[in-house]
Amino acid sequence: MAAGCMFFGGYPITPATEVAERMAERLPEVGGVYMQMEDEIASMAAILGASWGGAKSMTGTSGPGFSLMMENLGLGLITETPCVVVNIQRAAPSTGLPTLVGQGDMMQARWGSHGPYEIIALTPSSPQELFDLTLRAFNLSEKYRLPVLVMGDAEVGHMTEKVVIPPPDEIELIERKPPPEDRAAFKTCLPDADLVPPMARAGDGYHVFVESLTHDDRGYPVLNAETHEAMVRRLHDKILLHKEDIVDFEERYLDGCDIVILAYGISARIAAKSLDLARAKGLKVGMLRLIVAWPFPEDAVRELSKRIQGFVVPEINYGQMSREVERCSRSDCLVELIPRAGGEIHTPEEILAGIERVARA
Amino acid sequence: MVNPRDNLLRQDRIPHIWCSGCGIGTVVGCFLSAIEDLGLDTDKLAVVSGIGCTGRVAGYLNVDSFHTTHGRAIPFATGLKMARPELKVVVISGDGDLAAIGGNHFIHAARRNMDLTVICVNNFNYAMTGGQSGPTTHRTAKTTTTPYGSVDYPFSLPMLAAASGAVYVARWTVFHVQRLRRSMRDALSKPGFSFVEAIAPCPTNYGRRNKLGTALEEMKYYKEKSVVKNDAKLEELGLELGGEILCGNFWDRPRPPFHEVLLDQTRQVQAKAA
Repeated sequence: MAAGCMFFGGYPITPATEVAERMAERLPEVGGVYMQMEDEIASMAAILGASWGGAKSMTGTSGPGFSLMMENLGLGLITETPCVVVNIQRAAPSTGLPTLVGQGDMMQARWGSHGPYEIIALTPSSPQELFDLTLRAFNLSEKYRLPVLVMGDAEVGHMTEKVVIPPPDEIELIERKPPPEDRAAFKTCLPDADLVPPMARAGDGYHVFVESLTHDDRGYPVLNAETHEAMVRRLHDKILLHKEDIVDFEERYLDGCDIVILAYGISARIAAKSLDLARAKGLKVGMLRLIVAWPFPEDAVRELSKRIQGFVVPEINYGQMSREVERCSRSDCLVELIPRAGGEIHTPEEILAGIERVARA
Repeated sequence: MVNPRDNLLRQDRIPHIWCSGCGIGTVVGCFLSAIEDLGLDTDKLAVVSGIGCTGRVAGYLNVDSFHTTHGRAIPFATGLKMARPELKVVVISGDGDLAAIGGNHFIHAARRNMDLTVICVNNFNYAMTGGQSGPTTHRTAKTTTTPYGSVDYPFSLPMLAAASGAVYVARWTVFHVQRLRRSMRDALSKPGFSFVEAIAPCPTNYGRRNKLGTALEEMKYYKEKSVVKNDAKLEELGLELGGEILCGNFWDRPRPPFHEVLLDQTRQVQAKAA
């Protein structure tokens, strides 16, 4: 609401239903639209349509719904449509444990829709961050013109904590770049120097051409490898060029540490306790908490891997972001995954045990 | 030579991809005539298509054009309409796109009476992929995936639309150019979910495999076997291969469209909140 969202297309799903319920109540108060769609495929399609109608739009879901959204997530990426998808992750696969926690959709967030693309996914660790990062998700989606994912989890999603909502004049809002005035010369997909095209909405005389096939700067389908290469390359580069602006993580005690916990979401909250326990034992441990999971902070992890003994990665899955840590560390240090299948969070002690294993290795 | 409708088409996208004898061009022609008849402002007209041969229609029209994913044109159009209710939003797509993969969206948009005009070019098969059976394929018809003849029961699209809540339902073949044009005009004028089925030949795939002859012969078939029956009962509207085709403006039952009801409610909520 603070970001100016005016359209929510949703479908009830545990443990994310509260997002839809709240939006159904609040949006009409500001003249916005809540629409209960027939499924999550339709929800995702509707928020893309609404975005082309000029409305900031979002949806909220969990694993099974997130799976159904993957097809039109790709549509949002290829048509460069700003919108926000909140996924309150639950234990999976399939229907899994609907009411209980999981973090198993992190790689799906990165690769779940078919084809090569770059994506932005944020990982809040607290109710405050759910607010802050949803706001940031809207700003990033408007700035770089793509669907942005907020990858929460059932624990953080159902947590009660103090949230400070700043007054509207203290909230920085970024809006999509408006199209040039010359309607006749307008090309729907012609990028500026920052590789992001301005966006015209439907109904303003621009006669936008919004195309799911491989297309050129006009948006027209051109079905050959050369056009495809140029389009896919730009969709990647518009994110990679701005990686420094997008990537975000929190550091604790990284200077001079031997071991680094890399964690996100609820697991980072537990790991903070493990960090204290380990340091009380005299172990030189630091922590890197992901605030943005995708794009992954490759450079920071690479640099750390050159000088530390190992990473400890607690995740409520059987290894997803840990693989990214392994990739970036290129075997220069240990990577100790502390897996959990889902349904329960880690104990601080089991993460501590992982730290001690790395310390002994 | 200048076609009077050149300004309604994206000239730099012509020639189109459709086969000779295909009925989609005729449907597009009727649609453009209907737009002209009504004097619709093309700056305020958005056309959304799904995937398939008919899915390409949006991209040839000089309006806001959306070529979306397979089956998802209707929910995309729903979001667009709700974000800018002042726009006229039209979905033009094929039978497979609207009634199979998009069938759930079709019935729910009709149920909630979304203010969309949905035009379905029904050529009874998935033509873009080479002629496979679909949700409207006639029983016994041969397609590449029903080599021994289809045993599936097809949807009757007018019955489906009306039963799901559409305010206006019509069916014509592409032989009935003027009637199709008039029905499209009517459909575009009705607030709410209006539906026009346009039965069209696919000589390359469906016609060839089912010995329906050339496109011209198929037009003769439409001429000879079509029966105009505006007061037909919904259950009469099934189709058989080579059989009679009941055509007409079958259904006209106005009720308030979704966006009007919701926006009324929103105004009340806002007044209370203020």
